[in-house]
Amino acid sequence: MFSLATIATIASCIFLFGIFYAIVVNVQYTVREAETSVAVTVFFDDGISDERIMEIGEEINKRPEVSEVVFVSADEAWNSFKEDYLGEYADGYEGDNPLEGSENYEIYMNDVSKQHSLVAYLETVDGIREINRSDATANILTNINNIISLVSIAIIAILFAVSLFLISTTVAMGISVRREEISIMKLIGATDFVVRSPFVIEGILIGIIGAAIPLVAVYFIYTQAVDYAMNQFNVLSDILKFLSVQEIFSKLIPIALILGVGLGFLGSIITVRRHLRV
Amino acid sequence: MITLQSVSKTYANGVPALNDVNLHIDKGEFVFIVGDSGSGKSTLIKLLLRELQPSSGQIIVNNYDLSKLSRRKVARFRRSIGVVFQDFRLLKDRNVYENVAFAQRVIEVPTRQIKKNVPAMLSLVGLAGKYKAKTRQLSGGEQQRVALARALVNNPPILLADEPTGNLDPRNSWEIMKLLEEINKRGTTVLVVTHNREIVNAMRKRVVTIKKGLVVSDEEKGEYIDED
Repeated sequence: MFSLATIATIASCIFLFGIFYAIVVNVQYTVREAETSVAVTVFFDDGISDERIMEIGEEINKRPEVSEVVFVSADEAWNSFKEDYLGEYADGYEGDNPLEGSENYEIYMNDVSKQHSLVAYLETVDGIREINRSDATANILTNINNIISLVSIAIIAILFAVSLFLISTTVAMGISVRREEISIMKLIGATDFVVRSPFVIEGILIGIIGAAIPLVAVYFIYTQAVDYAMNQFNVLSDILKFLSVQEIFSKLIPIALILGVGLGFLGSIITVRRHLRV
Repeated sequence: MITLQSVSKTYANGVPALNDVNLHIDKGEFVFIVGDSGSGKSTLIKLLLRELQPSSGQIIVNNYDLSKLSRRKVARFRRSIGVVFQDFRLLKDRNVYENVAFAQRVIEVPTRQIKKNVPAMLSLVGLAGKYKAKTRQLSGGEQQRVALARALVNNPPILLADEPTGNLDPRNSWEIMKLLEEINKRGTTVLVVTHNREIVNAMRKRVVTIKKGLVVSDEEKGEYIDED
């Protein structure tokens, strides 16, 4: 009875943690994906040499906040523009490139919050005529990241408090169940180690079972929820990004097991320790 | 075997339980400790088991000076004492065999040896046929026999019995007392705390009477002395 209550307590805590973990890592993943599409575009002075453009590219590449620098030639820029906006109406421009001199670097960052410092640097680079950036997008993404961090801390704190409350309750229950057994063992002449061992082994087993149950539950809920979201919100498939269940569980399984075993171990140690002084 | 020198015990709330008790029990003796409720008998048993420490005085049991015993050595000391309680204190979720084997496992006796010792001990107390029974299926007398088997399976030189017949009818009480006498004849020192006048008077053993924490009488082949 006590073991079932302990398993239920540990399973509830780890289940909540698992669901929360799956949500947070997916939101972070979506934001990270969005961040990778945010780029600063730089255009060059008229008449700049190809060598200087290459030098600028190499200098930018050395910046720590830069993850990738892509050179877009004037022809590529024009072809892309035609495809995106003109379609068949572009025929009248045949042989002409109205975007002559618009070759540029698209600079992708590993952290959009660093856009400001990157732009400040780019403004000092000789040969750059114009810098296009997306402050609004970068700010929104940075804010989302900050909110996720704060919400994560708050929810982890709440989960921790709830876990402690539930575990202290089950430990208190365990104490009344075990009191007589422990006192008998001590009066017969058992050492503390001998008294503690079966309880600790039991605690660890309870922790493993308490972790395995919510892992199975989270697995099914996650796969169902992702399928549902992908089908129902097909339109948002470019925005909504989900990690695969393997990616989630490669980290969730060890975390859940460590939590379960840790809680079971600590719970049993605390329960027994109070009664060893017989 | 057991020596108490000027032992006094006062509880933290100021209640005095034992006052300047001097007692010596030799190896192989059978001794009754008698007295009414609140006389200090249970405190004496707790002191002998090192559940409690005396407020003053010295207790030596089986060559262990209990006031100098470290926590680690308390376990070793208790292995030299078998103990039986009025409420049996058996593990209710285990069967008869497991309850007795439990005492052997606690002191890390090899399983092969346990399989020999436990049936032999159950035969001694007359429960060989009930080794599979859960303890809650047994009568009070049978439960006390299991407790006795558990207390004796590790061959302790001393057996402490705290009101062993307190929850038993007269017939079962006598059977338990006969078993204790038999165990004593085999060389175990037996100390029985009781207020069962009939048994004490019939068995004609050494009787130590405690009254309000003081030893008021200590007689060979003694009788139960009334409070007043």
